[in-house]
Amino acid sequence: MSKQSALKQSSAHDVHEVEDIETHEEPNLKGTFAAVMFIGVFIVVSWIGVYALYMYR
Amino acid sequence: MHVHKYEKIWLTFGIGSLLVFLIVLGWGAFYQGTQPPSCLVTLNPQNVQAHNSFKEENLGVQQVGENEYVVNVLASAFNYDLGKDEEGAPVKKIRIPAGANVTFQATTSDVVHGFHLSGTNVNMMLEPGYISDYETTLDNPGEYTLVCNEYCGVGHHMMSAIVEVYE
Amino acid sequence: MLKNKIPKPESKIAMAHMYVAFIALLVGGLMGLLQTFVRSGEFTLPFGIGYYQILTVHGVVLGLVLTTFFIIGFQYALMSKSVGMSKGHRKWAWIGYIVTLAGTIMAATMILLGEANVLYTFYAPLQAHPLYYIGLALFVVGTWIACFINFNQLYQWKKQDPGEKSPLMAFMVVINMLIWFISTLGVASTVLFQFIPWSLGMVDEINVLVSRTLFWYFGHPLVYFWLLPAYMAWYTIIPKIIGGKIFSDGLARLAFLLFLLFSIPVGFHHQLTEPGIDPFWKYIQVILTFMVAIPSLLTAFSMFASFEMAGRAKGHKGLFKWFKGLPWKDVRFLAPFIGMVAFIPGGAGGLINASNQLNGVIHNTIWVTGHFHLTVATTVMLTFFGLSYWLIPHLKGRTLTPKLNKLGLIQTWVWTIGMSIMSGSMHIQGLLGAPRRSAFSTYGGSEQAQEWVGYQIAQAVGGSILFIGIILMVYIFFKLSFGTPKGDQEFPVAEYADVNERTPMVFENWKLWIGIAAVLILFAYTIPFIDIIQNSPPGSPGFQFPIGRG
Repeated sequence: MSKQSALKQSSAHDVHEVEDIETHEEPNLKGTFAAVMFIGVFIVVSWIGVYALYMYR
Repeated sequence: MHVHKYEKIWLTFGIGSLLVFLIVLGWGAFYQGTQPPSCLVTLNPQNVQAHNSFKEENLGVQQVGENEYVVNVLASAFNYDLGKDEEGAPVKKIRIPAGANVTFQATTSDVVHGFHLSGTNVNMMLEPGYISDYETTLDNPGEYTLVCNEYCGVGHHMMSAIVEVYE
Repeated sequence: MLKNKIPKPESKIAMAHMYVAFIALLVGGLMGLLQTFVRSGEFTLPFGIGYYQILTVHGVVLGLVLTTFFIIGFQYALMSKSVGMSKGHRKWAWIGYIVTLAGTIMAATMILLGEANVLYTFYAPLQAHPLYYIGLALFVVGTWIACFINFNQLYQWKKQDPGEKSPLMAFMVVINMLIWFISTLGVASTVLFQFIPWSLGMVDEINVLVSRTLFWYFGHPLVYFWLLPAYMAWYTIIPKIIGGKIFSDGLARLAFLLFLLFSIPVGFHHQLTEPGIDPFWKYIQVILTFMVAIPSLLTAFSMFASFEMAGRAKGHKGLFKWFKGLPWKDVRFLAPFIGMVAFIPGGAGGLINASNQLNGVIHNTIWVTGHFHLTVATTVMLTFFGLSYWLIPHLKGRTLTPKLNKLGLIQTWVWTIGMSIMSGSMHIQGLLGAPRRSAFSTYGGSEQAQEWVGYQIAQAVGGSILFIGIILMVYIFFKLSFGTPKGDQEFPVAEYADVNERTPMVFENWKLWIGIAAVLILFAYTIPFIDIIQNSPPGSPGFQFPIGRG
């Protein structure tokens, strides 16, 4: 991990500008999105499963 | 710091799900009274019999209303004391009608014990000096094992009893 | 620029920790195997050895010794790599190591003598030999020395480069050690002020609920102390191994800061079914526990993003084709990757465990054992194994050979299969109501207990496969330490995908974050803790044989 000297002059007010430029070149993360949503659904289904067991008992 | 738009959607979904879980749990706990067992009554752990519920004659199943029961249990290493039957032998099996309102009240006279009626939501810790209670309705008939699920010494796995829920 | 290789004297410190860790793996693993055998009902321990004695060894040796030694050794390596280590640091690192090891040996001796069959949670009023508690206290003090060395390492680096953000690795190590230090204050207080005087007979009684509350104030952050080094590897090392980049420096730091804030004020979710604690405060800590899931949600996205970007950079297109671009034949990637996958059911299970009244379904059932064998024994362990394949040869001036890489791949799959069987059957059996931490029992011939036996046999099968995995891993460790060709094994350090990314400097404001963490802890604990003390019942005398100390 190299020390990034470029980061030295970072100041609060130019953060937004940088963000705006970056928005145009967002990487393609469709697969990532699908994968994390799968995880999300898995969590929700497991939780509902045990909740149902709790309600039944 | 830039956050990808998919990540924003993901976090909204994720945090939203957590919120929904919390609301469902909070609703159940505070409005429907399904709090986890949190009895605040204390007693002297070296003299539990001083408390009315744990006097020898009050242990085991007590019918307190038309369809209402209290089960008093005194736990100690490595036994659940459910009182004595007519012949004076220790009760190892109790019977409760399905659909009845039951309150389990238990404490320990020595170390920490568990109190889990396996296959039901009756699951609580018994700690010296505290009464643990759980009010429930057991709707599904069958034979349930009351097990100690907190380590309490060499005979921990021998500590059990049977609760039969009958129609 | 940074040194390419960790200097020899610093390597020695890290390696000293690794030897202890892998010996612990062998010993603790053998105990685990024996436990699954006993519980299958087909095996009795010889020589009058007790089930709960080997259970105590298993928990202490794997849960505390293996994890802590590996983590401290690994963190020293990360600090050497990112901010350097001075002569003074090295001297203190050895002192810390010796103190921690002395504490370990003291506690282990008491367990082996049968004077401390109280499990690694040592719940009062089970009472062990005083030396068991003194050993534990020494162990904690030794780790504190490591904490302050790590803090000082970053401090010295910052003094030389004021105003510069700290290297990501060092930032993460310091956060983990902050969590460890703040949380061990709880367990140290109960051991020093309650258990030691009580076991020495200086006081007659102990306040049980206070001791349990202080224990669990430590007990949950402990699992994050295990998990965060795995996250460090995932964020700062794995991207390099797959030929990719760190997705985002800022998000990585944010995740770690959230862990610092939310991993500590959550101990009540281990005490949900206990009497004497106001259910309102239980619910407050349930909310805080759910907050600590957020940094893991962030991490899941960052990991997949880093994988997908690496795959796409190699020319793989489509929704999931980039998956093929990952180095499946490289054990340095495969082992941690399976660790990440295990954290999906692990994390989902964790949310269920912490769900207030839902906890009653699984509390102290063997589901919980299945849960942490996914999180710590798969997610964390497979990541640590994955690190070992390059870290050990790097520290020893050797190389990872293709043959050992292949053996490592086999080890990883053996672990995965064994754990799926064992942990899977534990989860199901737990939902049926079977207790954890129990020797084989028919429970007075109950019908339910008969249903459980099949799962217990499955656990013995899974446990046996896992033990083969342990033998393989210990062999690989010693081979990497002493048997592979001399050479330079790379210490992989990932670079940033976006070098121009601006990380908010507020992330470096330690006073602010420690302050918020303290406020959250005080908020979550002050009122219920005062409540517990004010409404305490009379204390408990100690219980020894046949209950506690053998």
